[in-house]
Amino acid sequence: MFVQDTLLNRLKRGCETMAYPKGAAPALPDRHGGALRVDAARCDAKCGACVTVCPTEAIARPAGKPVALDLGRCIFCAECVTVCPTKAITRTGDHRMAVRRREDLVLGDASKEQVRLAQALDEKLRRLFGRSLRLRQVSAAGCNACEADTNVLGTIGWDLGRFGIQFVASPRHADGLLITGPVSKNMELALKKTYAAVPDPKIVIAVGACAIAGGPFIGHPQHHNGTSALLPVDLYIPGCPPHPLTILDGLLRLLGRLDEPTGIR
Amino acid sequence: MMESSAILLTFTLWVYVAGMAGALLFQRAERLANAVGFGLAALGGACGVVFSVSSLAAGQGMTITPVTLWSGPIPGVRFVVEADALSCFFVLVVSLVGLAISVFSLGYVRTYYGRKNVGVMACVFNALLLVTTLVFIAGNLWMFLIAWELMALLAYGMVSFEHEDRETRQAGVLFFIMSHLDAACVLLGFLVLAQAAGGFSFASFRGIGASLSPQQRDVAFVLFVFGFGIKAGIVPLHIWLPVAHPVAPSNISALMSGVLIKTGIYGLVRVCFEFLGPPPMWWGASLLAVGTVSAVLGVLYALMEHDLKRLLAYHSIENIGIILMGLGASLMFLHTGHAVLASLALIAGLYHTINHATFKALLFLGAGAVLHATHTRNMEEMGGLAKRMRWTALFFLVGAVAISALPPLNGFVSEWLTYQSLLHGFGTTTSLVRLMFPLGGAMLALTGALAAACFVKAFGITFLAQPRSDHARDAHEASLPMLIGQGVLTAACVFLGLFPTVFLKLLDPITLQLTGHQLSQQLTMANGLVLSGVAAQGGTVSTLGIMLMFGCLLPVPLALWAVFARKARTRIAPTWDCGQRALTPHMEYTATGFSKPLRMIFKALFRPRREVQREYDFSPYFATTLRFESHMEEVFLTRIYRPVNYGLLRLSRRLRALQAGSLQAYLIYIFVTLVALLLFAL
Amino acid sequence: MNFDPLTFLGQTLALLLLAPLLSGCIKNWKAKLQNRRGPRPWQVYFDIAKFLRKDMVISEHASWIFSLAPYVVFLTALLAGLMVPMISAPAPLRLFGGVLAVIGLLALGRFFLALSGLDPASAFGGMGSSREMTISAIAEPAMMLAIFTVAITAGSTDLSQIAQSTQSATWKLLNPAHVLAFAAMFVVLLAETGRIPVDNPATHLELTMIHEAMLLEYSGRYLAFMEWGAAIKQLVLMTLLVNVFFPVGLAGPQASAAALGISLVAYLVKLLALSAVVVIVETTNAKMRLFRVPDLLSTAFVLAALAMLSTFLFG
Repeated sequence: MFVQDTLLNRLKRGCETMAYPKGAAPALPDRHGGALRVDAARCDAKCGACVTVCPTEAIARPAGKPVALDLGRCIFCAECVTVCPTKAITRTGDHRMAVRRREDLVLGDASKEQVRLAQALDEKLRRLFGRSLRLRQVSAAGCNACEADTNVLGTIGWDLGRFGIQFVASPRHADGLLITGPVSKNMELALKKTYAAVPDPKIVIAVGACAIAGGPFIGHPQHHNGTSALLPVDLYIPGCPPHPLTILDGLLRLLGRLDEPTGIR
Repeated sequence: MMESSAILLTFTLWVYVAGMAGALLFQRAERLANAVGFGLAALGGACGVVFSVSSLAAGQGMTITPVTLWSGPIPGVRFVVEADALSCFFVLVVSLVGLAISVFSLGYVRTYYGRKNVGVMACVFNALLLVTTLVFIAGNLWMFLIAWELMALLAYGMVSFEHEDRETRQAGVLFFIMSHLDAACVLLGFLVLAQAAGGFSFASFRGIGASLSPQQRDVAFVLFVFGFGIKAGIVPLHIWLPVAHPVAPSNISALMSGVLIKTGIYGLVRVCFEFLGPPPMWWGASLLAVGTVSAVLGVLYALMEHDLKRLLAYHSIENIGIILMGLGASLMFLHTGHAVLASLALIAGLYHTINHATFKALLFLGAGAVLHATHTRNMEEMGGLAKRMRWTALFFLVGAVAISALPPLNGFVSEWLTYQSLLHGFGTTTSLVRLMFPLGGAMLALTGALAAACFVKAFGITFLAQPRSDHARDAHEASLPMLIGQGVLTAACVFLGLFPTVFLKLLDPITLQLTGHQLSQQLTMANGLVLSGVAAQGGTVSTLGIMLMFGCLLPVPLALWAVFARKARTRIAPTWDCGQRALTPHMEYTATGFSKPLRMIFKALFRPRREVQREYDFSPYFATTLRFESHMEEVFLTRIYRPVNYGLLRLSRRLRALQAGSLQAYLIYIFVTLVALLLFAL
Repeated sequence: MNFDPLTFLGQTLALLLLAPLLSGCIKNWKAKLQNRRGPRPWQVYFDIAKFLRKDMVISEHASWIFSLAPYVVFLTALLAGLMVPMISAPAPLRLFGGVLAVIGLLALGRFFLALSGLDPASAFGGMGSSREMTISAIAEPAMMLAIFTVAITAGSTDLSQIAQSTQSATWKLLNPAHVLAFAAMFVVLLAETGRIPVDNPATHLELTMIHEAMLLEYSGRYLAFMEWGAAIKQLVLMTLLVNVFFPVGLAGPQASAAALGISLVAYLVKLLALSAVVVIVETTNAKMRLFRVPDLLSTAFVLAALAMLSTFLFG
């Protein structure tokens, strides 16, 4: 009988949700290098190989500093890692990248070799959203890779629902927006209306290189180069697309649900 | 009748006459005619209410003595009036509703100033109230039939008030034909009784059924059901109702739906319970079946309407069905000898009668106010009126909650009583017939739920959301007399809902007279707070208690607000439209769309047909014009009335052959007839 | 009139506190059967607490009906719950209404819920209202016939009376009429609480929503009241089902503390068992197309009619 077979099958398979964050995080795939690390001290003053090779102009050599790598514009192609002669830019294999402030994504200064990870929301918001967060996803003219990786969080292996985080259809039911895509001019009105439709207090999470700084579409006249042009952002999750683990880590970090101490590493 | 109540009744009737005269007298001065005519009608209504309530409250002190109103030169023709308990109850119905409608009309008929003769309308209105009261208090056949006929004629006049419209004229003619059909059936039925009684007075008709042969009684019963059924609007005799009620002026529609169709109920109660004697089982069972069918079909057709007044007219058919269910059950209990249950069922039927009169009139008055403000009956052009017509919206909402049989209003109470009688009916007999009771209960539940769906649609599309047309956008609140009229009926609905135990005392004399039992004591518990069924432990309800408990439990959400949400603010923003440019009224749900799922589910009944025509320049995907038409088959017209019509016409065409035109042929006809009669006599 | 304020308060608190927990349990068990951890059973408390504290955004087209509806939905569900026996047979408000009043009150809540769906001039809300009223209309005859069957056997529409009468003869629990009526009521329960296969309570696709669609415009504390009211309605209907059809262990009037304790345990066990059946049905079925739902509810009607027929045949 169908019912019997289904039930027996399900009961046999048991719980397939991963233990993280109570256990170890699953390993990142080989091709995914994790966050980048910039040791500006190793950088050669006359070398500019990484600047020319970066497809989104995420690396710059500003005056007075050897190199500045903007992880928010980075699409993680790792060309700069390959081309750097002094191994100043390396891959860490660490999935943790989410930050609260945009400037925390710019690596290269002394004591800013790596990402300054996100701190939790302030006390009032943490008490409100800590155990129950509902997000409205807005797909603002991207390639949908970030949406796909966010969607994965709802599958049984990841199970976002166990943290009380849920994606909802109506912005009125939401506590914040999760925005992906570079925000084209066509989506400007929709995004603004969605934001206006969410009741206060609300948060905005920008996921992916496009939503943070425009990604591959940076500078295009039909785009706004990311969300910051239109809305105040509370959490930036870099990646192209960010690994579901990065997104999950970012969300939990925002809500203060991770046991480890946050902050600079 | 006691002296004071007789005086009061006479005074009431004369006030109506004065209203008629005054309105006609001042017909040139419209405002004066309006004020005098409808003012006196209101006064008459108020007096009628006082009269009937005091008579019913006096209870057993009521002695029924027929009074001869007029005895003219023609021998045998006398007009006798006799106001017993049942009559007083229906006089209460007509007076209460008449009072509210009169007050409403003071404001409503202002739209007719300069266009039509308001004095004539006021005169006919008073006359209608007068003859309807006379129908209820008629004591002999002459009074009854003359008043009945006058009622039909006056109603026809009022239905055709705006006769410039072709639709209205046709509606009037249909109403006229059906009224005469029903008068004919009623007359034939009464003649059967009169033949056995040897006289025409109702006093002599009491219990006359016992002296008739069973076939004669059955024939009389069928004739009465046909006749009074056409008047009441039971399926399949109802076709005039949804045609005539919408085209009449709204105050007249309210009167027709609220009162005139109740004359059919009055007639049925009078003949079945008093005149025709102990009923066989099939009488009650057929009434229960017909009532159930009317209820379900009435509400299903109502759901498909987007003309507000037609929707309300179909709901009248539904509620008449519910009343008939109570009456049918009562007759079945009389047959099986359960007089107490018969009283309960009768009380349920009569309570629903007055409930329907109040909430249906209220709804029609609300529809009239809406029509007055938006100049359209089409719901698809309304919307957003709750913000522009606050009080009308509130009153209409009360009417909608009442008609959907939701606690704590009056519709719920009378349906609760009907359910109780159906429930206990199962145990009264052991034959297969007893399955009708729970099935009837299930169908009653279906109609209640469908009625709620229909009124969510009616109230929601008409009053909520955005206005769908300029008319609706520019609507303004109704004038004060219109609001007061609606307010009176709202108060009546609330009273009848919250205080059933008080009102039941008024029904005691009626059930005592008709079934021999007074039930109000038995049905009341806890000092009048609780209404109970007949069996001890049979189930109780208290609408007043429910209201009190709402009040007691209200602190719970309020406390939650105070504890958690005191600092929360509220912001007004556009409706969520998925980020589109703007939400236009075209994007709202329509009345047709709302009832689409039910149309699909019941498509075997409705047989909907739809036609889509599309015009395009270069591609069918970019149409320049789109035309959508949706029809439903009018089942009763196409399958019953038209075939019967055609059959009759065909028969008469055949018979025309007799009119050969030649003198010789006619002489032979006379000769043959004479020979035949002589042979027959011999 | 034997009105006991203690049972009144106790049952009110039980309804308020147990309803979100039951909702959460069902979600958790569904998740477990889907091989994932799922939200904790007490997650719904956090959700409601959060909604209560948030600001509200109200549509500019909405009228006072929009603001009134959450209170009506919440209070009617609570009031209906007080008329249903939970732990002791005489429910606190048994005198104020029996099964007909319970159905009527829930219908009143649904009426205002549907109106509030139409109020903000949103097409989603209209669709939800239309579908909700259609489904409840088709479910009513089945529900009423099933209720009539048990009421006729017990001779009353008073729920406490029905429960006590069923309790008095335990063999009645396996009576074909009883079982068929229970089956019919179970299908109606699925329809009324918006569970698969009638409606998907977890969907985020507007075109597949019914109950959620009417709530689309609600936020803040109004949304909290609506969701809480829906949870209480679910609890009330499930309590009705378990305590009327299987009143095993239900304490009578003036019961001792021990009897009340047994009754409480029995009630929770029965409730959880019924929830388990609901979870299994939800997991092993897909949501039906809207126009197939009347077929399902007609089946419920046929079951109820068979129950009535067997009452007729077997006395």
